[in-house]
Amino acid sequence: MAEPSLPAAGAGMPASTAFAARKALSGISFYAAAILISVGMFLPFFWSLITSFKPSDEIFSVPIKWIPSSLTLEHYRSAFTTVPFARYFLNSFILAASGVLCNLFFGSLSGYAFAKLNFRLNKPLFKVLLAAMVIPGIVTMIPSFYVLMHFPLIGGNDISGAGGHGFLNSFWGIVLPGASGSFAVFFMRQFFLTLPSDMMEMARIEGCGEFRIFWNIYLPLTKPALATLGIFTFQAGWNSFLWPMIILNDPEKATIQMGLQAFSYNHQTDFGPMMAGALIATLPILVLFLMLQKYFVQGIAFSGTKG
Amino acid sequence: MSSIGNLNKHQARTAYLFITPTMLLFFAFTIIPVAMALYLSFTNYDVVSRMDFVKLDNYKRLLKDDLFWTTFKNVAFYSVIFVPLNIILSLLLALLLNFKRFGVKLFRTMNYLPTLTSAVAAATVWIWLLHPEFGLVNNLLGYIGVTGPAWLSQTETAMLSIIMVTLWQAVGSNMVIYIAGLQGVPDYLYESAKLDGANAIQRFRYITWPQLRPTTFLVSTMSIIGALQLFDQAFVLTQGGPGNVTKTPVYLIYQQGFNQLQMGYASAQAFVLALAILIFSFINMRVTKSEEPVV
Repeated sequence: MAEPSLPAAGAGMPASTAFAARKALSGISFYAAAILISVGMFLPFFWSLITSFKPSDEIFSVPIKWIPSSLTLEHYRSAFTTVPFARYFLNSFILAASGVLCNLFFGSLSGYAFAKLNFRLNKPLFKVLLAAMVIPGIVTMIPSFYVLMHFPLIGGNDISGAGGHGFLNSFWGIVLPGASGSFAVFFMRQFFLTLPSDMMEMARIEGCGEFRIFWNIYLPLTKPALATLGIFTFQAGWNSFLWPMIILNDPEKATIQMGLQAFSYNHQTDFGPMMAGALIATLPILVLFLMLQKYFVQGIAFSGTKG
Repeated sequence: MSSIGNLNKHQARTAYLFITPTMLLFFAFTIIPVAMALYLSFTNYDVVSRMDFVKLDNYKRLLKDDLFWTTFKNVAFYSVIFVPLNIILSLLLALLLNFKRFGVKLFRTMNYLPTLTSAVAAATVWIWLLHPEFGLVNNLLGYIGVTGPAWLSQTETAMLSIIMVTLWQAVGSNMVIYIAGLQGVPDYLYESAKLDGANAIQRFRYITWPQLRPTTFLVSTMSIIGALQLFDQAFVLTQGGPGNVTKTPVYLIYQQGFNQLQMGYASAQAFVLALAILIFSFINMRVTKSEEPVV
């Protein structure tokens, strides 16, 4: 609904007064509802932030203290010293960033091919990629583990994939399976479709190579799409939990989500450091969002309309 | 003529080169695993010992596995509440925040922020919020004279807590999808309905809701698929407890496959769950009767 309708005239009142009254009323009810809901949704952020800066004795107080008497960084210090949070943070960052780079490159490379180049298997292969998107992740979880473990010639494996541990306990085991997601290909293809093909023809006449046409002419035009895809890929990589937990055993390689889970499991009453950790684990995505908000909205609107 | 043929051939070669990395990865991590998923479910694969073909043993065992069906019951309970609430709340939120008013962008942002949090971080924060004695939720309830339960450790409220947390994380992005959908509804439909004297509820019933059908289809499909594969929040908030009431199929498959290494049996369980997901997605498709093609 674009605009609320304001059917005119209450009984007995001059039409304009009734109109103004209704308008004011609808304004008040809009702001009452919107503020109440938004504050409620924001409250968990506020509360964890407050808790993470509160002195320990004020965390456990009844009735609750909304404003701490003093602010302290001790919970952040203890979160970083009890467990190697900085290490986890770095690991997660490496994983998420590699996921982004791979998906942007391979996704746009094949998205471009599917959108702009003629080849016989174009339609069939693209349809297979799309159809595979409906396969629930749980189906491929165990076999993917098997494939990674028995990858030939990797991690002590022989040519038949036996003998070693393959990609297990390595970052490759997380980056590779998602390195060129079907969604990235689909997303980039849709964007390349909106670009005109005559630039391609011109460049060919000028004798430009196919890769250069893609890299120097078309790819720079997709920056908004790349930004959107990059953000979502980063968010997915940063927030993923189950798959890294399956693949990585070495505590040195743990991601921030794994570290946070272990921390909150092992230190069940240390709510100050727990909240500090949770906020640290959320911070990169929040910063990304606040900096690049419009790409987020574009991206969701895209998946909402194109499905 | 021949030069065009050459150009096409050259183009096709380039294209195959461009899609090779994607197709190789797709082959290794989608095609092979899907084919293997079925095969593994007929074996006793356990990583360490020899893999034998055991025919239908895993499926026979699964039929008698009470815990497995308990997890299905749990996730069914979860989905039956979560999915409709998710749709209703995000649609209501979208209707509210689609008004063009001062500050509406800020409200949208505040509602969207929870979707940025990871499941683990959100669950960690909510463990604290739901603390029976010092938690924010029970203290707020205390203001209105209600004594809140021990949310996460009581069998009656444990799953409700997970529903609450996942809704908090989910409605924001669905709200944005619905707002995009609402903005795609042509204005002239509302204009003519108003001329015909339709009130707000009638306009919603006969214009907005039918026009949003593709959006609702998308939102409901994604939330069904997500709901039936619930894991992260259940793992962090309650560890499946108390008394297995929040243990979900994915949780069980994870334990069966990666803690007890009974990967053959876990594959059979995964296959049954996938089947359930496909069936419910299909039912949902028929119910929402999306006339638009999905892709």
